[in-house]
Amino acid sequence: MQSDRNAPLDKTAALEICRSMGQITSDSLIPILQQIQDSYGYLPAEILFEVSRQTGLHVNHMFGVATFYEQFHLEPRGRHTIKCCRGTACHVRGGREIANTLKRQLGVEEGCTTADMRFTFETVACLGTCFLAPVMMVNNDYYGNVASSRIKSILEKYK
Amino acid sequence: MKLTIDDKQVTAKPAQTVLQVAQANGIDIPNLCYDPRLAPSGSCRLCLVEIEGQRALQPSCVFEAAEGLVVRTNTDEIRQIRKTILELLFSEHKARCTTCDENGKCDLQSYAYEYQLDEASLGAGRGAEPAPNYTTGNLALEYDPNKCIRCARCVRICDEVQMAHALTFKNRAAETEVATAFDIPLNDSTCVLCGQCISTCPTGALYDRSAKGLCQAKDMVRTRTTCVYCGVGCQIDLNVNPKTNRIVRVTSEVGCIPNDGNLCVKGRFGMDFVGHPERLTTPLIKRNGSFEKASWDEAIEVIAGKFKKIKSETGPDSIAGLSSAKCTNEDNYVFQKFIRAGIGTNNVDHCARLCHASTVAGLARAFGSGAMTNSIDEFRNARCIFVIGSNTPEAHPVIALSLKEAVVKHGAELIVADPREIDLVPYAKLHLQQRPGTDVALINAMMNVIIEEGLTDKDFIAERTEDFEKATEAIKEMTPEKAEKITGVRAEAIRQAARIYATAETASIVFSMGITQHTTGTDNVLSLANLAMITGNVGRESAGVNPLRGQNNVQGACDLGALPNVYPGYQQVEAPDIHAKFEKAWDRKLSARNGLTVVEIFHAIEAGFIRALYLMGENPALSDPNLSRTRKALEEVEFLVSQDVFLTESGQYADVVLPAFCFAEKDGTFTNTERRVQRVRRTVNPPGQARDDWEIVCDIATAFGYRMHYENASQIMDEIASVSPIYGGISFERIETVGLQWPCANKDHPGTKYLHKGEFKRGKGKFHPVRFKEPAELPNKEFPFVLSTGRLLYQYHTGTLTRKVPAIHQVCPTGYVEIHVQDAEKHGIGDGDSVEVSTPRGKVTTKARVGTMVARGWLFMPFHFAEGPANMLTNDALDPIAKIPEFKACAANIRPI
Repeated sequence: MQSDRNAPLDKTAALEICRSMGQITSDSLIPILQQIQDSYGYLPAEILFEVSRQTGLHVNHMFGVATFYEQFHLEPRGRHTIKCCRGTACHVRGGREIANTLKRQLGVEEGCTTADMRFTFETVACLGTCFLAPVMMVNNDYYGNVASSRIKSILEKYK
Repeated sequence: MKLTIDDKQVTAKPAQTVLQVAQANGIDIPNLCYDPRLAPSGSCRLCLVEIEGQRALQPSCVFEAAEGLVVRTNTDEIRQIRKTILELLFSEHKARCTTCDENGKCDLQSYAYEYQLDEASLGAGRGAEPAPNYTTGNLALEYDPNKCIRCARCVRICDEVQMAHALTFKNRAAETEVATAFDIPLNDSTCVLCGQCISTCPTGALYDRSAKGLCQAKDMVRTRTTCVYCGVGCQIDLNVNPKTNRIVRVTSEVGCIPNDGNLCVKGRFGMDFVGHPERLTTPLIKRNGSFEKASWDEAIEVIAGKFKKIKSETGPDSIAGLSSAKCTNEDNYVFQKFIRAGIGTNNVDHCARLCHASTVAGLARAFGSGAMTNSIDEFRNARCIFVIGSNTPEAHPVIALSLKEAVVKHGAELIVADPREIDLVPYAKLHLQQRPGTDVALINAMMNVIIEEGLTDKDFIAERTEDFEKATEAIKEMTPEKAEKITGVRAEAIRQAARIYATAETASIVFSMGITQHTTGTDNVLSLANLAMITGNVGRESAGVNPLRGQNNVQGACDLGALPNVYPGYQQVEAPDIHAKFEKAWDRKLSARNGLTVVEIFHAIEAGFIRALYLMGENPALSDPNLSRTRKALEEVEFLVSQDVFLTESGQYADVVLPAFCFAEKDGTFTNTERRVQRVRRTVNPPGQARDDWEIVCDIATAFGYRMHYENASQIMDEIASVSPIYGGISFERIETVGLQWPCANKDHPGTKYLHKGEFKRGKGKFHPVRFKEPAELPNKEFPFVLSTGRLLYQYHTGTLTRKVPAIHQVCPTGYVEIHVQDAEKHGIGDGDSVEVSTPRGKVTTKARVGTMVARGWLFMPFHFAEGPANMLTNDALDPIAKIPEFKACAANIRPI
C-alpha cells in the first residue's frame, strides 16, 4: 500500500491484473476496479489511465462507476479504517460524542484520512449490533459499549 | 404495420418506437432525454403513454411499435403525471430563464409553459455563475450544473456518436453531475471540442462560452448555410443577433443532410473570423512600398489597365489567375470565365492542384469521373472500409463519425493504412503502417494476394472493365514478401487486409492526401481504382472509391473549371467540339491550349513568362511547397492582385488588394465531397466596402473590355447549368431545402447517389499497369528522416480563419514536429524542446512532440502555422501527370537548439 502520496506508482500489479482478465468486455469493468483497489488500496487516477490504455475500457466509464458505488475510493486510504456508527440506537447511547472524540483525537473530519496515513475515519448508518451501542469498528474489529475515555487506548492498538 | 395513436390510424416502419411513429405522424409526445441520434434511454419518463393491454404507462421512446397497438398520448392521467415529473425536474433546476442564453428554445421551459408549472416549484436560484467544474476556464463551452436535469444526453452523445468518451456522470442521486474522469479540465481529457454535448442539451446547462450573454435564443435570427471549412459540407444554422449583426453561435439541425446535426470544433466554434476587426474593408493600392486606401473605381482601373497593357505586350498567356476552393461555385465560374474569355488564356488553377489533382487525373482515367463514387451516408452500411492516407478524424471529422459508426454499431471491418497512429486505429481490425510513399507497393501486394487466392470478381472484370491483363504483370511481381521489404508492413498483415477487403460484401475505399500528395499521386490513385475493380467494389451502394475532398468547395471549384485543362463540368479544353461550344456560349475566341498549373505558374514567373497574377482567395505564400521559391516568385511577379477577406501572407506581396465577402455574407453554392451542391446564404452584413467576389470579377472584366454582368448568384447558376451537363438540372429553387448530387442532367433528374452504376462514366472501367516508384527524394546521410506534412483537427489550412478563434487557440496555439520517442532519445530531444527541422530547401524552428504517433525514422509537421511554416521544407517535385507536389515525403534532419 502506498504511503508517500507523491511517489510515482508501480504499474506492475495493474498490468498483471489487466493480463489476467482475458477477453475484456464491459462486464470486466467492476472486477478490474475491485482488483485494482485490492492491490493499491484505492483507485489511483494514473493507474486507471494505464488500465484504459491496456484494456480499451474508457476511463470516463471507470470514473462514473467508481463514484457511483460506495465501495470504491479515489483517494489513498489510511492503513486502518474506522467506522463509527451514527444509527439511532448508538445516537441515544452517546454515539455523537464518540464521533466527536474521534474527530478531535485524529484531527480530521469524517470521510478523511490522517496526514500520516494511519487512519481513515468514516461514519456509517448502522453496524447491525445495536445491542452493543454505541459501537465503532476498526478494520474488522468490533468495539461495543464504547466510552470516550476508551478511544485513545483503542486507537493505540493500530500502528 | 398499422397502429392507432390518439384515435388516428398510423403506419409504422419496422423497429420504430411508438415515439418515432407518433412524431412521424405529427403527434407530439413530450420528451427530454430523447435525441434521434442516440439509443433511447427511457430515463426522463416524460414520454409515458397509455398502451391498451399494458398494465402501467409505458415510456414511448423505448416501446417498440407493433401491429394493432392502441396508444393514447394525452389523457388527463398522463398529463397529471407529466406535470408531477416536470415539477420534480423543476425543483432541481436552480436557475432562472432571465439570464439564460437558451431562453426561447429550451425544452424544459416550453414544457413548463405547456403544463403551466408554478414558478414556486423552481429550485432556489443559485445565481448566474456556475460552481467550478470540468469546464471552468474553457474558452469553447461551459457547463452549469444548476440548469442540468441529468438526462445524460451529453454523456451519451459523447460516447455513442462522437465516441470521444470524455464525459460521465459522477456520484449518484441528488449529487449526480456531469464530469470528466477525475474532474480533469476538459482540454486535458479526450474531448475534441465538437460541442455535440451543447447541441443535444435540452436546457441551457451546456452552452457556448463565447455566446454567453450576447443574445437569447428567442431573439436570434437563424439562417441555414453550408460550413466554410472542410469538404464534408455540413449544414449549419448561423444564429445572429439582429441588433449587433453578429454571429453569436452555430447550431445544426438533427436530421439534416449530410451531417445529421453533428459538427466539429471548427464548424461549431470557428466563426470568429467573420466579423473580425482585421477584415479588409477597402481596396488597397501599394504605392512606394506601402498600402494606401483606394476607391473601387481606382483599384479596378489600375487592375484592368495593367492586365490590358501586359496582354498587349506579351500576350494573354503571360497572365494567370488562381481561383479558390473557399469561394462559391458562382465565384469560380465567373473567375475562370473572365480568365478564359476575358483575358484569353487557360492559365487558371487553384489549390485543388495541391490536394486532389492526382485523384481527378487518376479516377478520370480509370472510371471517367474524378469524384467520390458514393455518398457519405453509405459508409455506415459498408461491410469493409479501407482507409488509406486519410486522417479522417482530424481532416473530415464528421465523416469519421460515420466510419466509427459503421465499425462500432454495424460491425464493419476497418483497415487503416497510414504511417501515423491516427485516431481511427483503435477501431481498426488492422493497422498497416507503411513507409511514406510506398502505397503502390502495398496496394499491388494486396491485389497480388487477391489474384493468388482466387478472390477476384471475374464477372465484374469481364463485363465491366478492360485492360485487366495489362495490369496483372506489375501486380504479380509484387509479392507480399517483396512488399514487406519496401513498405515495412508484415506480409501476413498484407494478406489479411487483402482477404478482408476482397471477401466483404461491400467494401469502400476512403483516401485523401496521404495518397495524392506524392510524385506518384496519380499512380497511387490508379492502383486504388485497380483494387476496387478487381474485386467488383465500385458502382454499387456502399462500395466504391472515395476521395475525401479537403476544402469546403474544392469539389465545386474543380467542377466549375477552375483548372487549366477543363471547362466547367470537366469538358476538355483541347477537344475541338467543346472548345467551339464555349466560344459560342461566351461569345469570344478562346485559347485552344491547356494552361499552366499552380506550381508551374510559379516556375513560369521565375522564368519571366508570367508577368501578372490574380489571386482570388488563395494564399500560396503559406500553402505551396518550397515556400522560399514561391515567395520569391510572388515578389518577382510584375503585377499581383490579391482578393481576399484578410490581408494574407500572400496579400503582403500584392500591388492591389481587394476586400471580398466571406461565406457568411454571400449567396451562392458550395459542392461538397459527395458531389452535393448546397446553398450558401447571406447571414450578416459585410464589413466596410467589401464586395462579393463574382461582382468584383465582373467589374474588372467589364473594365478590361469583356462585359460580364449578373443580377445575382442564382442567375450565374442558371448559366452554369446551361453549359455544364453534370449541373444541367441544378437551380437555386431545387436546392432550397436539400442539396442535389451531380450528375444531375435536367430539371427532373433526382441527382446521383453513387456513380458508375451499371456502366462506368467512360464506358468500361480501365485497368492501368502501375509499378512502384520511390518518392522523389529519399533519406540520406545528411537528411536521414522522412518528413510528412498534414492537417490538424483544430486548425484549417493556412490558419487565416481558425487562428483568429480563441476557443481553438487555447488547445492548438502553434505548430510542432512529431518524432518517435527512440529517435528523440538518440538525438537528445525532449518533449516540448525547441528543434530545428531542415531539408535541402530550408530550415524551420518549432517544438518537438515526442511519442509514438509516427514510427522510427519519420517526422510529421502540420502545415498551418506561419511562424514555423512546414512548406519551407516540402519538396516541389511534381507528379508528372497531375502536377501535384510531393508534400508527403521528403528527406529531412532534426536537431535540438
